[in-house]
Amino acid sequence: MKIAVCIKRIPDTESRFAVAADGKSVDSAGLKFDISDFDGYALELALRLNEPQGPGEVIVVSVGPEGTQEILRKALSMGADRAVHLTAEALPFDGMAIAGALATELQGQGHDLILFGRNATDTGNATVGPMTAARLGLPCVTAVSWLEIGGGQGTAHRELEGVTETVRFPLPAVLTIDEGIARPRLPSLKGIMAAKKKPLDSRPAALGSVQLTVEALTLPPERTGGRIVGEGADAVPELIRLLRTEAKVL
Amino acid sequence: MMAFEGVDFYRLDGQLSEEERAVRDTVRTWVDEHLIPVIGECYIEGRFPKELVPGLAELGVFGANLPEEYGCAGLNSVAYGLIMQELERGDSGIRSFASVQGALVMYPIYAFGSEEQKRHWLPRLAAGRDIGCFGLTEPDYGSNPAGMITTARETRDGWVLNGTKMWITNGSQATVSIIWAKTGALDDPKSIRGFIVPTSTPGYAAKDQKGKLSLRASDTSEIHLEDARLPKDAILPASGGIKSPLSCLTQARYGIAWGAIGAAMACYDEAVRYSRDRVTFGRPIGGTQIQQVRLADMLTEITKAQCLALQLGRLKDDGAATPQQVSLAKRNNVNMACECAREARRLLGANGILAEYHSMRHLANLESVYTYEGTHDMHSLILGEEITGMSAF
Repeated sequence: MKIAVCIKRIPDTESRFAVAADGKSVDSAGLKFDISDFDGYALELALRLNEPQGPGEVIVVSVGPEGTQEILRKALSMGADRAVHLTAEALPFDGMAIAGALATELQGQGHDLILFGRNATDTGNATVGPMTAARLGLPCVTAVSWLEIGGGQGTAHRELEGVTETVRFPLPAVLTIDEGIARPRLPSLKGIMAAKKKPLDSRPAALGSVQLTVEALTLPPERTGGRIVGEGADAVPELIRLLRTEAKVL
Repeated sequence: MMAFEGVDFYRLDGQLSEEERAVRDTVRTWVDEHLIPVIGECYIEGRFPKELVPGLAELGVFGANLPEEYGCAGLNSVAYGLIMQELERGDSGIRSFASVQGALVMYPIYAFGSEEQKRHWLPRLAAGRDIGCFGLTEPDYGSNPAGMITTARETRDGWVLNGTKMWITNGSQATVSIIWAKTGALDDPKSIRGFIVPTSTPGYAAKDQKGKLSLRASDTSEIHLEDARLPKDAILPASGGIKSPLSCLTQARYGIAWGAIGAAMACYDEAVRYSRDRVTFGRPIGGTQIQQVRLADMLTEITKAQCLALQLGRLKDDGAATPQQVSLAKRNNVNMACECAREARRLLGANGILAEYHSMRHLANLESVYTYEGTHDMHSLILGEEITGMSAF
């Protein structure tokens, strides 16, 4: 199968984040970047779908600034066949713009599947996958937790609250992938060396007009100390009242 | 627990290529996921975690600096060093396994073997289908391997080996052994040749060395050769003289110079975390001057060792590293790691003696690393000879 996997470069989520001087972006100084978590599952799924079935191609695509090539090469070292870097000075917040750039790239390329992570682990919008599907006029199944492909169609599971939904769809299709479906492999050392020789094309992202922008990033207020509402069993009613009315967690 | 992030005070990451960083990160993640969770228990049980070998092989760790045509990853020396660093961040025993398999078994086959031997053995060893060991040291010949008394007598149809080897890493679990033996008179070190000996050869026996208080997660064995008969083509044709095994040791020592940094970083990392969390006299112990001196010393020495290893690696990749430069790095970095492990253990107080923490395990391991692959003292003498032109050994 010819499978495109759209991946996003995000800061390592274990990093300590600071707001940059412009007040609306994350300070990237000293941050390590990696493939967004759910995109890693999507990539692993694509690699596994092709492994037993012989001929096929896994193409990774990413929109972003220069450093994006590092995660594309990581994807190549994990086993993707080729990569496309859609260059942009910075990644816009506007999912529609990114979906537009991706759709322009993916249009008419004959993919059987186009995979995304369920959402990016940093911005968490979960919009680019479905928007790209809409731009390409393809069916879209989101948050896929299990997948089977055969006879020109696919069956996917989606885990909902307390129930599993089974969805059938025709190929080609756009899927966004939930965690747990296939744990991403580590790049092997040979894979890392092989990645240098695999094609990595680079062209400007056709982002079009960007309608959404981030105005400000504000850190949550510093946590204040706790409050003792009383002692022993007598304090329970007051504690419950406060949890209900003040903290609003009950 | 936060993932291990390494120590990079002098921003040496920027001096590494993207591939070198990727190699380091992939092995680092593997160590976090597969080795760290089991190593404490393996150490106490005195068991090498053999079940991890297929995973290491799949990553491509064994002989990673040898060419791709033999099933290896074809990495440069710096990337190879970084692999050793990350493995030893987990445990010196696991790094020892990889060092032996790569630098002491695959390297001599690559450097001194026939094309047929290379094509047969290297891919199997890279894939972990065969496990190798290196038989040089003998009960009475450690620092003076040229004095060895193991012999290989040529017969009409092959070779007959007799002798005893000791302190052989991987000895009991190996399926193939590189044995060094004298083919001529016992006072003729030029007659030393290498042999590829399948451990199933009649007359070959290995025995686990019991009672170790160091490298407990590693197999250390004695090997006995009693009229072990080998075919003619068991000899490594291009090997000749004591220089051949010593050149293998130079490869392994290079890896150890990096590996020691890994062990030291593990201890430093543990000490820093502990100094933040452990509260005594109403404040974290990290706020006390005595622990800050410990941590400052560790950071300083680790940083110096990193600069040393990286430059040595660059020299090696340029084909310009000398065995004496490797001696200096092995000597300095292992000693440095011993000191870091000891200070970290002390900073951790009573908890420092538990297997739940890593520093004391590293401390005990590093005492072996200090002594093997050229003792600290022998490396002093190698440097002494290099400086003065006079050999003191």
